[in-house]
Amino acid sequence: MPKRNLVEAINRGLMEEMERDPAVVILGEDVGREGGVFRVTDGLQARFGADRVIDTPLAESGIVGAAFGMAVKGLRPVAEIQFEGFLAPAMDQIMSHIARIRTRSRGRFTSPLVIRSPFGGGIHAPEHHSDSPEAIFIHTPGIKVVIPASPYDAKGLIKAAIRDADPILFFEPKRIYRAIKEEVPDEEYTVPIGKAKVLREGDDLTLISWGAMVRETLRAAEMAEKEGVKAEVIDLRTLSPLDEETFLISVRKTGRAVIVQEAPRTCGLGAEISARIQETSLLSLEAPVERITGFDTIVPLLKLENHYLPTPERIVRGIRKVMAF
Amino acid sequence: MIERFDPLKGEMLRILHPDGRLEEDLRPGLSDESIRDLFQEVLFIRMLDQKALSLQRQGRMGTYAPVQGQEAGQVGSAFALGKGDWVFPSFRETGVLYMRGVPVRDILLYWMGDERGAKVPEDVFVFPISVPVGTHPLHAVGAAWAAKLQKENICTIVYFGDGATSEGDFHEAMNFAGVFQLPVIFFCQNNQYAISLPRKKQTASKTIAQKAIAYGFGGIQVDGNDLLAAYAAAREAREKALSGGGPTLIEAVTYRFGPHTTADDPTKYRKEEEIEEWKGLDPVIRLQKYLAGKGLWDEGLERKFRGEAEEKINRAVQEAETISPPPVEDIFRYTYSQMTPVLKEQLTDYQAFLKEKES
Repeated sequence: MPKRNLVEAINRGLMEEMERDPAVVILGEDVGREGGVFRVTDGLQARFGADRVIDTPLAESGIVGAAFGMAVKGLRPVAEIQFEGFLAPAMDQIMSHIARIRTRSRGRFTSPLVIRSPFGGGIHAPEHHSDSPEAIFIHTPGIKVVIPASPYDAKGLIKAAIRDADPILFFEPKRIYRAIKEEVPDEEYTVPIGKAKVLREGDDLTLISWGAMVRETLRAAEMAEKEGVKAEVIDLRTLSPLDEETFLISVRKTGRAVIVQEAPRTCGLGAEISARIQETSLLSLEAPVERITGFDTIVPLLKLENHYLPTPERIVRGIRKVMAF
Repeated sequence: MIERFDPLKGEMLRILHPDGRLEEDLRPGLSDESIRDLFQEVLFIRMLDQKALSLQRQGRMGTYAPVQGQEAGQVGSAFALGKGDWVFPSFRETGVLYMRGVPVRDILLYWMGDERGAKVPEDVFVFPISVPVGTHPLHAVGAAWAAKLQKENICTIVYFGDGATSEGDFHEAMNFAGVFQLPVIFFCQNNQYAISLPRKKQTASKTIAQKAIAYGFGGIQVDGNDLLAAYAAAREAREKALSGGGPTLIEAVTYRFGPHTTADDPTKYRKEEEIEEWKGLDPVIRLQKYLAGKGLWDEGLERKFRGEAEEKINRAVQEAETISPPPVEDIFRYTYSQMTPVLKEQLTDYQAFLKEKES
């Protein structure tokens, strides 16, 4: 079975879906001839032509707004926004139109499109290239939010996203684009939207994370094990709609939870998860739910970036606190 | 000049030809000695740019957007400005920053990932680099508007590339500037590529300069590799702005010799032959030729100048590399005018974590 990194896995998933369904088109800046600045769409224009893998002018609102029109008219567009920081100019299209069309037209028109965007920090990039804006979109009714943390899931999730009836924001943790290689079968498979995954079982506490932070969380779980703490680790994979069941079952078993998010702390997804745990499982809790997060600040440039990003050490500190309660 | 060269007729202002010939009747009020001084700035910026590239390759700097090929347009236009004019740069404006008084050390610091490099001295009116493409023309418009309302006799200038002209905000900026007759100069460096996308796929317009016409003001295409053309157009646009004549769009036709940034591989999207063709239009070569013809430049002078410039650049590199690292508090300090209780708590907690780690 071929081993692939995250970039190659998404590329493979896109290719398979374009083979399967002629309505699938890709559009964005530098996605065609260049194959994307991270090479996620490498080779696709050569294979499917410039009508289906489209290099657009430099305009995020243009890309996303046009993708919306395409989706409404029956195509299955996959729009790329080169970095998550540049989603901002497309926000009007996403919030005012894409997320609302089903409701506004009482189901007459729908917007089954995917917006792909590299996500998060950790690659020492320039300004606006290291943000974690997932909460803004989770807070936007009508759009789903997906983020893989492994190559296997990346292929399965991008395929499922393209087939989904609803618009999906597909975040790609750029820090682990090439950091993990694993077996990604050539065969057809999808990973369901809206299902979290238990990556590691344990009885002492539940660690909940997503995106590039999953790897840090797994490392923290290993470190904690040396201190005699057995942590269960959950990768959410889909952030909206949230797979509440998976983490609630786990927390009811362990009685303790630490949520790890790269994004700023206030009003992050961690806050929502924490709220749901206490709303439904208060009597199972042995300790307050802990959050290890980025700060409520702008992500600093590279000289200070490593202070901002949650590390296994910071996560272990949170684990100790929860275990000692 | 702006009215004389009609972009719709394919007319482009060029004063100093690639072979070093100067159109005397178009010559702006610049003596040969001034041209030599400005040429030295062009050369200095090229050297600084090369140094930045090599620092990045050695892992001593973060991602960098090289400026090679665009130096003359930047020097010429920036030199046309007055002391109090405000500059709104994009991310490929090393030459403009330097010309407007941003210390070389700070230019390097910023690209080294140290945000203290974006804090310009008090008497320098250069806004921090805009990494988002095409959103900052509106900022120049707003600042020009404020100057007009405050009755300050200055203009603003915004630098951007051909790619930026596809962004909605660019059009909103042009429209506002036209409607309110604002003292702003839109300086587009059309360097032929937005990362991989060639200029002709960016817009179906024959020129970028002609876009001004739709917004009700003048646009001019200049040879962006011609220091004198860039200077002459910017100077006239500034005079026009200051005398209440409103905005101008200048399209400087140029070429990016290097990659988009150090993270880019241009061999994916352009051919060596194309680069070679543009090499003949290199802004440095024509200035060298012209000045040599006037007896104002030769190999000896160049060697001497390069030696001094290298020393100055190396000093700046050393300063940037030996400065003590920014403190952790800097992450929090500038988020609001005063640090909020929540931020204070997060900082205190993180400092406690760092202490625990040490012990």
